[in-house]
Amino acid sequence: MTIRTATHLSIRNLDVWYGGQHALKDINADIPRHQITTIVGPSGCGKTTLLKSLNRLSELNTQVNVSGQVLLDGIDIYDPAVDVTEVRTRIGLLAQKPCPLPMSIYDNIAYGPRIHGQKNGKMDDVVRTHLQDVELWDEVKHRLKAPATGLSVGQQQRLCLARALAVRPEVLLCDESTSALDPISARAVERLLDRLKENYTVVMVTHDLAQARRLADYVLFIWLGEVVEQGPARHVFNQPREPRTRAYLAGEIG
Amino acid sequence: MNIVQPRILTDRIGTARTTFVIPRNRQGWRYWKDAIASQGMGISTFAACLLIVVIAGALLDRAWPILSVESPKALVTSETWHPIKGQFGFWPFIASSLYVTLIAMALAVPAALFSAMYLAEYTRLRGLIKPLVDLLASIPSVVYGLWGVLFVVPLVRDHIGPASNDTLGQIIPFFATNNPTGYGLLAAGFVLAIMVFPFVMSVTEEVFHSVPQEMREASLALGATHWETTKAVVLRKSLPGVIAAVVLGFSRAFGETLAVLMVVGNVVQVPGSLFDAAYPLPALIANNYGEMMSIPLYDSALMTAALMLLIVVLTFNIGARLVLVRLNPETAA
Repeated sequence: MTIRTATHLSIRNLDVWYGGQHALKDINADIPRHQITTIVGPSGCGKTTLLKSLNRLSELNTQVNVSGQVLLDGIDIYDPAVDVTEVRTRIGLLAQKPCPLPMSIYDNIAYGPRIHGQKNGKMDDVVRTHLQDVELWDEVKHRLKAPATGLSVGQQQRLCLARALAVRPEVLLCDESTSALDPISARAVERLLDRLKENYTVVMVTHDLAQARRLADYVLFIWLGEVVEQGPARHVFNQPREPRTRAYLAGEIG
Repeated sequence: MNIVQPRILTDRIGTARTTFVIPRNRQGWRYWKDAIASQGMGISTFAACLLIVVIAGALLDRAWPILSVESPKALVTSETWHPIKGQFGFWPFIASSLYVTLIAMALAVPAALFSAMYLAEYTRLRGLIKPLVDLLASIPSVVYGLWGVLFVVPLVRDHIGPASNDTLGQIIPFFATNNPTGYGLLAAGFVLAIMVFPFVMSVTEEVFHSVPQEMREASLALGATHWETTKAVVLRKSLPGVIAAVVLGFSRAFGETLAVLMVVGNVVQVPGSLFDAAYPLPALIANNYGEMMSIPLYDSALMTAALMLLIVVLTFNIGARLVLVRLNPETAA
């Protein structure tokens, strides 16, 4: 029985080494449920590394070592008894560049549910619902069997979002997911994320401060592998306590 | 000085545009080198392409005496090989070649695919194992042939043949044996499989390895297992390359001569069993060219065999190309 608290994902004493480099130092953070948490900070400060540590994708890189805990509703995802595929099912990822799987639009959405045992009988509904969710259905309903690579980049990213949602995650990690998109597609994805937080906890990495201001409910500011400041967005953006946060927000660093 | 000068032009509406004025006098040694390089590369490329036409033309010319008296269909389908009586039926050789190649591919391709997957997806020892596999590909075929004679033939004769004969052979005649020597289809197919394996494996491994890591992550991030990702994403993405690798392996196997003729038995017959001796086309040519050339049309018949080899390999390559175009129009074109 998991207890539903205001904190959904809790990071405890997380250290990550990348090769010989200490990439993340003693990260502690509580990520609130059903809100958008943005991780901001200069390039190369460990934002993506942190994000990928939250669903154990970082361990694909053999040079990465992780210590500490990431608690999903109190359960440590790094516990050896925990099944990593289960972790990644409950904590989904929307990557920086859209990456459609080498199959049709339909199969891109159906891929996840099929893996998790969804029968083909109801698949049409599953695919339609999720494509509607990301406002892509009207654009692709006549060519569901066409290869997903034929879509525009903006459409591909919405497809990837629908694909991530189709396995019914609780948490959605977004790694600068709008940075490869044109402004109109980017705003469309932003609008979707803003709507999705009703049902999902969203953690997004961005170095677009304007985007963070538009979307964030909660902010983690990272600087050289350390959390400098965290808190509700209005506090961090309007009354930052730390000089480094102020400098970053003023555009002086990063 | 022939430096390209940018020049600001103003068009009728008044928008400034930058254009580049290209100097006319392309003279001097630099330009000669440029011309020689591009022409030289072009000539060698086209010469290589022309070579296949020249070879095919020469073979056709030498094969013509027999092709003009016998119909190609009769040559291919007839089973009687009596050069002295003027009977040239190629079916035993064609059938032998096909059997040996198919056996080799059936053994080599699954093994190569699985090891390529293992190297590309499952192990960190790629840097160690890949060079070893590539080394296998560079062992001379006579060494494989000798190894076949010393090891594979006795294995087939003493163990695999009798075992198969007593079990599967009791139900399916193809697995029965009445060849006590061990020299035959299976031995040849086995040796050939080991020769083809490094090629198919090396190429497919490169193809698997070139699948972008983001694509694996996209699948894993949905909660897919390692194997599901390998099968549904890596293998699917690599399919055109895998087909190309199999065709490469097939072409090599179909034309391989020396190692095969050392272990295949070289008996002119249409093999009826996995253990029967056979006589593939390349062995026919290699064993007989230069001997018994006084028999009328014999020389021409051997040239026809060579022509057949060429046609089969070309057809197979072109067919694979067509499959690739259908699978992936952008990359294969």
